[in-house]
Amino acid sequence: MNRREFLHLLSAASAAGLTLPLDPARAEKAAEALYDAPAFGNVSLLHITDCHAQLRPIYFREPNVNIGVGAMANRPPHLVGEAFLKHFKVEPGTRLAHAFTFLDYERYAELYGRVGGFAHLATLVKRLRATRPGALLLDGGDTWQGSGAAMWTKGQDMVDAAKLLGVEAMTLHWECTYGQDRVKEIADKDFAGHIDIIAQNIKTQDFGDPVFKPYVMRAVNGVKVAIVGQAFPYTPIANPRYMVADWTFGIQEDNMQKTVDAARADGAKVVVVLSHNGMDVDLKMASRVRGIDAILGGHTHDGVPAPSIVDNGGGKTLVTNAGSNGKFIGVLDFDVKDGKVSDFRYRLLPIFSNLLPADAEMEALIARTRAPFEIKLNEKLAVSEGLLYRRGNFNGSFDQVILDALIAEKDAEIALSPGFRWGTTILPGEPVTMENVLDQTAITYPYVTLTQMKGSQIKQILEDVCDNLFNPDPYYQQGGDMVRVGGLAYSCDPTATAGNRIGDMALNGKPIDAGKTYKVAGWAAVSEAARDAGGEPIWDLVARHLRARKTISAPKLNLPHLKNVDGNLGLAS
Amino acid sequence: MTLEYQPSRRGFLRQSGLLGLAVSAVTFLPRMAYASWNKAAFSAKTLADTYKAMGVGSPTASADIQINAADIAENGAVVPVEAISKIPNTTQISFLVEKNPAMLTAQFDIGPDTLPQISTRVKMGQTSNVIALVKADGKYYTASKEIKVTLGGCGG
Repeated sequence: MNRREFLHLLSAASAAGLTLPLDPARAEKAAEALYDAPAFGNVSLLHITDCHAQLRPIYFREPNVNIGVGAMANRPPHLVGEAFLKHFKVEPGTRLAHAFTFLDYERYAELYGRVGGFAHLATLVKRLRATRPGALLLDGGDTWQGSGAAMWTKGQDMVDAAKLLGVEAMTLHWECTYGQDRVKEIADKDFAGHIDIIAQNIKTQDFGDPVFKPYVMRAVNGVKVAIVGQAFPYTPIANPRYMVADWTFGIQEDNMQKTVDAARADGAKVVVVLSHNGMDVDLKMASRVRGIDAILGGHTHDGVPAPSIVDNGGGKTLVTNAGSNGKFIGVLDFDVKDGKVSDFRYRLLPIFSNLLPADAEMEALIARTRAPFEIKLNEKLAVSEGLLYRRGNFNGSFDQVILDALIAEKDAEIALSPGFRWGTTILPGEPVTMENVLDQTAITYPYVTLTQMKGSQIKQILEDVCDNLFNPDPYYQQGGDMVRVGGLAYSCDPTATAGNRIGDMALNGKPIDAGKTYKVAGWAAVSEAARDAGGEPIWDLVARHLRARKTISAPKLNLPHLKNVDGNLGLAS
Repeated sequence: MTLEYQPSRRGFLRQSGLLGLAVSAVTFLPRMAYASWNKAAFSAKTLADTYKAMGVGSPTASADIQINAADIAENGAVVPVEAISKIPNTTQISFLVEKNPAMLTAQFDIGPDTLPQISTRVKMGQTSNVIALVKADGKYYTASKEIKVTLGGCGG
């Protein structure tokens, strides 16, 4: 599709009054400004990541708390709001400012509309491919999980959508929560001849044999390009180990170096790592492994408009992160001369669904896969008076709804909810549907638990998760946010050492007693015991809670009192 | 003492094809099983007591000992660790987990003409330094690496 055809499609869609609230002339102008990035060089890579099975356009509010500690403080990706705009020289109030930050979120969300959606993404991919012949489309993973339909089809809807989109290679994280057998089934059957799953860091527990190809080689306009896969290193820890019982993961830095060297020896002139490490881990890895031209990263859901350029013993490595929930596509153009990368251009393009007409074929596929579930997904459970979102280091308003539901429904004193970074946003006044609830909860280990926990155990949990978030060495981080806490007040010093970050724990104004037992409700425990106990799925509990209330007032966030992070550019009110 | 090193040893052999180690492994297996059991060392509760029971004075930190292990354990009950000594005349490699109730976890005597490269599994109850203690020419050397044992859950 060339530019003229694209504009024609755009105005046709607009004339039909289908998708475009803007008048056609303004929409065309806005689309041109965003999407008419001139092609550059001779090797182009298109990068999507962490869409979390969001096939339809959604809202997604970026965080106002994304604190970096130690060497990670005050630099990408740990910048929010105005500090973010200033660093990346983005004009406030523009579409781009809205895409990248939470600023004035409700107002601009109304104005600029929903983001993402595979049918709109498909249109943009075709458009980018028209100007960038041979471009490779890469998927960083967390694609098969995050919606009701994906869960009920065991990822099949996303597998089919990725094939239609023309993904070349992907790596893994949440995919593994359908179990290793399902992942292998898709790799060997659905993906055969279409998409390669690549991961240099997944090996068998017994002999250490590779489970997937460590890398694939593709010729792009005569240039040999190696794509190395890096799956989420801590999958068996962050998610149930029993789901990948025969596989072992880890960062595997030495093997990464060997894999890059092997790819170079195999004639690769460009080596790119498709990574699910998380951006802090990628930045550290880029400083230590030689010979990588770019790390296209995901996992931490950071929408970063410009790459970080990292020096190492072998030269320079670009590190990018392409956001989440289908909101962005990264476009990396390399100019490869005399057998090596001589220059690059990078853009992280937001997918504004009202500027990109839906691709008919993709839209039909999505409609088909959703059809059996439409009635269930569309059930209106309640109306929300406030903005509901999840992303942020400590809490989100949708998490608060889940915590309140857990405490009320389980008659608990304290509730804990996992700090996932996926989950879409609902604007004030919108109905909360079953689909919305599943967008926050659709996992394969959704069991609600009610546990008698000692004060000391609760402290241990908060400290452990906090260290996974704020350990000054990125290799010890897991890339999730802090566990969401209901009922319990606490303070947090992200700059303190492991075991010493959490303090002032109190329940209803009374200090928590380390030896006393408290009733704690939670969900998403990774143990086999939690699975075998067979608790109610969290979405049923939340749905029941919402149905009974009909209207949900804006939740009051339970946030910790933060210490020693005043002035941190990853923190805004 | 953890003796669960068989699978990783096989894996290592398969990958590297180092026949030398295969031969040596056969020779040191019986030794391990029948060597006199230093009960005092294996049940000592502090690092100082462990070293004392082993007859170790104050070992020297050495950059010639490499520890290969994950930064975060996938399963605290079975944590793969490997130690490689580049110190000449290495005759013994021991693994100690600092925060375990009894720190000394495994001890391997290494025969002549044997690659001083040992892979084993240790059990860890909490985040701890894992120490590789190497004996060479009658002297002791150490290296250590922190391995984090953490609760699961909460992924990005």
